[in-house]
Amino acid sequence: MWVWFHKLGSPPYFYRLSGRLMPWLGWSCALLLIAGLIGGLILSPPDYQQGDSVRIIYIHVPSAWMSMFIYMVMAVAAAIGLIWRIKISDVMITASAPIGASFTFIALVTGSLWGKPMWGTWWVWDARLTSELILLFLYFGYMALHTAIEDPRIAAKAGAILVLVGAVNIPIIHYSVEWWSTLHQGATVAKFDKPSIHLSMLIPLLLMAGAFKLFYVVNVLKRARCELLVRERRSAWVRELVS
Amino acid sequence: MNGLNDFLNMGGYAFYVWGSYGITLLVLAVNLVVPMINERKLLNDLARRARADRHSGGNL
Repeated sequence: MWVWFHKLGSPPYFYRLSGRLMPWLGWSCALLLIAGLIGGLILSPPDYQQGDSVRIIYIHVPSAWMSMFIYMVMAVAAAIGLIWRIKISDVMITASAPIGASFTFIALVTGSLWGKPMWGTWWVWDARLTSELILLFLYFGYMALHTAIEDPRIAAKAGAILVLVGAVNIPIIHYSVEWWSTLHQGATVAKFDKPSIHLSMLIPLLLMAGAFKLFYVVNVLKRARCELLVRERRSAWVRELVS
Repeated sequence: MNGLNDFLNMGGYAFYVWGSYGITLLVLAVNLVVPMINERKLLNDLARRARADRHSGGNL
């Protein structure tokens, strides 16, 4: 196990392995996405209160989950990078940030488009919405900081510290609907009780969540490979690869 | 035909539902295309550099 981790941290091994995995992951993602869209837009019933507007849930909730999941991945990678100084960890954080920002943006915009017909407003400064907006700024902040610092080692360190400090926001987002009285509803799936959502809606929701997760994995590998090539452009394995 | 119209109308929520799916699709597509373009440019660039390197005797 440890040997494998060590190998994974080696750039040429990572480059080769990710190249072999990506087609499989990409096609699984496409299949899940198609199944989820058919389930969400066609097969699942309209809500008894919200009508067809409920279909926004199939992208809003998975992208909100991803916005937090990707940040957690970045925080774990940041800790690993600070402690063991593995090169790949900074590459993974840099590659993850724009995807995380994208999913956060999607969660905010689709939430707004859902809030207008259901709550009667595009936006309220309640705890859930505000903490999710802060998450977007954390992603932007990381990206700005990392590109602003010239020395790659200092950039990696400063970025990792920012990501770790910002991680306090993640439990705040998750529990915001319990700690404060918010306009946003409580959890329906991610709780200890049975999910309070019918199977006909839960299945497309989970399919879309799976598709988004695979989308992230494929996308982060693609970006990480590019980043690796740039950083390792003088090394023997990159020279061998391109010639 | 009515079925399709109903589907597109989304029970009167067409703007919100299709707007959400449209923006999501757009953002994901940008995420997919931008790294692909970057990778192509990068690989071309690296290959050119490697060629130039060889011609100059690898002293660069």
